[in-house]
Amino acid sequence: MLDKAGFEDWLRELAGQFEIFGPKANDRGIVNWQKLNEGELPDERPGVPKGSIKTFFFPQPETLLEFSARPGTEDAFIPHEPGTEHKPRLVVGVRPCDARSVVLNAMPYEDDPYFHKNRQNVVLIGLACRQGCSTCFCTWTGGSPVGTEGLDILAYPVSRGYVLEPVTERGASLVESAGPGNDATGAELKELEEIRSKAPSSLPETMELAPRLREKGLMDLYNAPFWQQLSDSCINCGTCTFLCPTCYCFDIQDETLRGKGRRIRYWDSCMFPLFTLHASGHNPRGEKVKRVRNRFMHKLKYFPERFGPLSCVGCGRCVRDCPVNIDIRQVINELLAT
Amino acid sequence: MTTANERITQELRQRARQLLESGQVAAFVGYTSGSMPMVMQPFVARTPEETDRLEWNSFCVLNLANYLPALLKSLEPPRRPGDPPPEGPLPKVGVVATGCWSRNMVVQIQENQVQRERLVIIGISSRGMVDRKKVLGLVGHADVTSVKEDDNSLLVKGPGLEQEINRWDVIRDNCACCVHPDPVIFDHMIGDLKGERKLGERFKQVEEIENMSVQARWEWFTSEIDSCIRCYACRNACPLCYCPTCFVDDSRPQWVGKSIEPVDTAIFHIIRAYHCAGRCTDCGSCESACPMGIRMRILTKKLQKDVLELYGTEAGMSLDTPLPLSTYKLDDPQDFVLTESLKGEKK
Repeated sequence: MLDKAGFEDWLRELAGQFEIFGPKANDRGIVNWQKLNEGELPDERPGVPKGSIKTFFFPQPETLLEFSARPGTEDAFIPHEPGTEHKPRLVVGVRPCDARSVVLNAMPYEDDPYFHKNRQNVVLIGLACRQGCSTCFCTWTGGSPVGTEGLDILAYPVSRGYVLEPVTERGASLVESAGPGNDATGAELKELEEIRSKAPSSLPETMELAPRLREKGLMDLYNAPFWQQLSDSCINCGTCTFLCPTCYCFDIQDETLRGKGRRIRYWDSCMFPLFTLHASGHNPRGEKVKRVRNRFMHKLKYFPERFGPLSCVGCGRCVRDCPVNIDIRQVINELLAT
Repeated sequence: MTTANERITQELRQRARQLLESGQVAAFVGYTSGSMPMVMQPFVARTPEETDRLEWNSFCVLNLANYLPALLKSLEPPRRPGDPPPEGPLPKVGVVATGCWSRNMVVQIQENQVQRERLVIIGISSRGMVDRKKVLGLVGHADVTSVKEDDNSLLVKGPGLEQEINRWDVIRDNCACCVHPDPVIFDHMIGDLKGERKLGERFKQVEEIENMSVQARWEWFTSEIDSCIRCYACRNACPLCYCPTCFVDDSRPQWVGKSIEPVDTAIFHIIRAYHCAGRCTDCGSCESACPMGIRMRILTKKLQKDVLELYGTEAGMSLDTPLPLSTYKLDDPQDFVLTESLKGEKK
């Protein structure tokens, strides 16, 4: 166990090796992922930061390659690996739901070299949840407020500081580098036991959703009557997909500026009509209702059928920030009732 | 004791039910409450029974005019490109409108996106809507689980939180500087018209920025938009944005980069604002929809001020007031807009 001062010292030491990020409030009071300066600890208020952790593994944008865009020069338009390398990153204050999303995204990204390179370069230190938010539902999706999937270390917040639990080998060697730390008091051990054993009362009861949704008939869910009314409200913006930790769809483009070119991969959203527009002009998801349905069917039906778990970790970001209050929990209930 | 909004809700449900029952409209667009406090869900009632779900309160912030063009089109009998328009009157839609939304409907009518005769407008004079983000700011961005509304106050509750807030302290910026709360077109009114509001400093927010140095203004702009995630909630919440393919989505030609490079984000916001010049009614839908708390309506407010100063007009105030930037006259006093041949004909 490290008290707050010990934790700060540890981060200070790690700053030689890593760029350190964590949840931090901006001047509007919005908590989001930012670089932590020396002596800064992650913001610990309940719930997840505004944006999801995917930004570290699936950056907006990712430069895939670079090239000279000056015609006539010897190396014109010959691609090479991007030159910008950054220090390895250490992200602290990661909620278990966010960490789990990395594991889920690794399933479709199994063969993606960029995603895996980022995973090697990013260490995740989790923060167990003592309290859930009204929008949290990790317990429906196979997660837990003290889950360790995707993390290198899980920190349990106790009165004086944090109890560190190493999860991976590299996590263990980092914990070792922290030194012996402080001895946990009896009261703190009791706190730890409580966090581990008792899910916050604000979280909904655990449900085994994935198997139940996998069993449902695909076409029954697809043709369910509620999609029309649900999509009536939707404005087809990308808020849900861009804040979602498990939305991983992208598009690729070449950009050139003043003789320099780069190929970037950037976030795309199934909510946007151009997402599925074919070169022929045909659009298989030309209407809003089809796009809305696809987003939920992908997360709750197609992904579970292909990979097992839901493509949702119950972080509640989409619920919290949808401008028209579309709630994936209600969609889940509708699907279960179908 | 019922609150003003509860009385409006009751009358709204009755009116909407009547319209659907009598078959005057095929659908009615209003709001219903969902799972989140302070976020209303725009809602299309298609049966008389569904009108019981309609609700009216201080969080009805997403401009309903936004839904009209697509909804009206969806109610038309299907036809292929090139088919003649169907004969006889087309199904109508009922919709709630405050001052700004009704003005957006006027703009949509003027721009041929919506036909007046296909709308049945239930007018409500707006008291101003509440800014959810201001409420969250006042309670330290705590987890709010319920908000009970009285005529002049809000009771905000959450785990370990119970706070009464004066509604007038958390009114949206656009509502605070609005002078036209009354609907300009309507078929039925709920409550009375209130008349124009007298307000000394309509453009205070804009003037503060105008008075900055060029450098400080640029810094304000870049820091205001630096958290933008390009989700386009602002664009999609806007009733003026109905282009089949938006300039930001178009890739042939590509007008603007797609990622969150600062220069691309800046171009998106500047062009989005300019596209709304002379058409924006300052309904605030863009700002209310933004998940990041960006105040992009200050840009459109500036353009509203410019249009008022240059042309002496405001968007959508009546069906007869031409839109300043899409009106074309042969005897335009500024004849640079005319080609040489047209100038020749004029002589």
